[in-house]
Amino acid sequence: MAQVTAPPRAGGQAQRRHLSDRALMHLFIWPTLILLIAVNVFPLFYSLYLSFTNYSAIAGKPPVWIAFKNFSNILNDEQLWQYFATTGRYALLSVSLQTVLGFSLAMLIRQKFRGSGLVTTLILVPMMLSPVVVGLFWKLMYDPSFGFVNFLLGFSNPSLAPEWLGSRWAGEPVPGLALLSVVIVDVWMWSPFVMLLVLSGLNAIPDYLYEAAAIDRASSWVQFWRITLPQVAPLLLIAGLFRTIEAVKSFDLVMVMTGGGPGDQTELIAVNLYRQAFQGQFQTGRASALAYIILIIIIAVSNLYIKYLNQIRGEG
Amino acid sequence: MAAFEEIGPRVPVVESTRVDKVNPRARLFGAIRATLVVIVAIVALIPVLVMGITAFKIRADVVASPPKILFDPTLEGFVYLLTERALASQARLQELQQQAQTGEVGLFERIALQSGQEITGPSDYVFRLRNSLIIAGLSTIASVVLGLFSAYAFSRFNIAGKNDLLFFILSTRMLPAVVVTIPLFLMYRQLGLHDTHFGMILLYTVFNLSFSVWLLKGFIDEIPREYEEAALVDGYTRWQAFYKIVLPQAVTGIAATTVFCLIFAWNEYAFALMLTSEEARTAPPSIATMLGRGGIEWSAIAAGTLGFLIPVVIITFALRRYLLRGITFGAIRR
Repeated sequence: MAQVTAPPRAGGQAQRRHLSDRALMHLFIWPTLILLIAVNVFPLFYSLYLSFTNYSAIAGKPPVWIAFKNFSNILNDEQLWQYFATTGRYALLSVSLQTVLGFSLAMLIRQKFRGSGLVTTLILVPMMLSPVVVGLFWKLMYDPSFGFVNFLLGFSNPSLAPEWLGSRWAGEPVPGLALLSVVIVDVWMWSPFVMLLVLSGLNAIPDYLYEAAAIDRASSWVQFWRITLPQVAPLLLIAGLFRTIEAVKSFDLVMVMTGGGPGDQTELIAVNLYRQAFQGQFQTGRASALAYIILIIIIAVSNLYIKYLNQIRGEG
Repeated sequence: MAAFEEIGPRVPVVESTRVDKVNPRARLFGAIRATLVVIVAIVALIPVLVMGITAFKIRADVVASPPKILFDPTLEGFVYLLTERALASQARLQELQQQAQTGEVGLFERIALQSGQEITGPSDYVFRLRNSLIIAGLSTIASVVLGLFSAYAFSRFNIAGKNDLLFFILSTRMLPAVVVTIPLFLMYRQLGLHDTHFGMILLYTVFNLSFSVWLLKGFIDEIPREYEEAALVDGYTRWQAFYKIVLPQAVTGIAATTVFCLIFAWNEYAFALMLTSEEARTAPPSIATMLGRGGIEWSAIAAGTLGFLIPVVIITFALRRYLLRGITFGAIRR
């Protein structure tokens, strides 16, 4: 103790330590930052440049500057607008279903019962699986002749049964069935995520709110609308935003299950981007421009997401 | 089980919970609720179970309509997945059958023999799995080590623009894989990193880095600074304090982060599909392309996915306490 309180010595030591702290700090954060810049930021600038050119990765010709031509082409392309619309439908449908289902599940699980921990963990398993694995085994489940979905729904004759991923029912085309099938899988996989977030929100509601409500003889209906829902709302919002970001990015599941088909019924924008960039003519410039448009949409949603996350962190 | 009971502050036993336990109506509701939850869990797990049993079916049973629930289990799917086979000639077949009777051949050979085939070597998939192991393993180590250093720095030092930097780090994670891949593909081609192990390790390291920084920072924030300060007063250098005081206390956090990173890298599909073709291709894109080749070997695919499923299920159980933290980048802790 005496050493520390002795002024000259402590001062000198503190200074030296301060210096080495600074050095250590730089040593600790710069490798991370450099890697992120090299592998994430630099490529983004590179593709920004490419988006103003007509470059093709397989043509062997240097990029030619064509200014905003890619962007105006994309924005005037009716088909791409349709893919954006499909992505929007997909995101809206799957995120709203996940929110409703996840919320209801959380309300069900809220009260503990014997073995509820085990059951809750089991419900969470789909979320941790690889989208490829999930896509593949749902493809098997959806098969019109030997899949379990039709079997469990009681369709015994394959020719009268829905052909989920083929968007047909008893041979008749049903537009939207394939997209719905993919939505179902996404909901199956990610409702537990919403549930987990809501559950943590529910557990954080202080008991005295309910006690006060009980003293005031508020019905459980009123308690739900006035206490439970407003208290969980921020977490529900976060879950929704996160899922929206993921839905706009959605690639793996669709790629494995339908590859965008039948026709282009499940052609989500990310899948189309992959096709433009890495298949056929490798339209690298145009794909980069499209990537930037998607990026702007995602950044807008991400900003909201991170803002709310920070708010919650601030409280907690 | 304990994990979910420990969520949130322990509540004192108030009047209402007592009433819940005694009141028959409340008990009935409780029972209905529990039954519903169990039913939901069972429905949710049906696809997983289907995949599990498909892995042990022979080809004819897989495509039987209506699907068979009872069947003779076999390891055929695993044999198809892991080996290359060729039709054996009559003479060779007899020779092999004799060997099988005397018990000189292994289990896989005997199964292949049942359909008149001879194993000629390991399949492509074995190499893909090895790639997956190498790439996921090394990238996880790299991102956890780098993440740990930065997380410590962000947690303990005054860094100019700290929040902006953290925001920047997190935002890199939000980028869609397809968007980053186009320029990366060109860069990698230029640098000769396309389809190399090093290229993929580098990519996955960075991909997981933002996550590991955020998650680990949350864990390190919870370790009281007083321990280190005491150590510094006692003459430890900053590095020693980090190494000897903080590290041992952050072990749980490090373990959880490691496992999360491992799962992400192990499951990753989009980058691997676009940036590898042969040499460094990992298992997920190659399972998916098995569908394309001739007759669909569902049992082999099921066997392959089972290999992905089992570790993940085990890990989910082991990590259930940290799942919430993991999926929200450490922002929500309870």
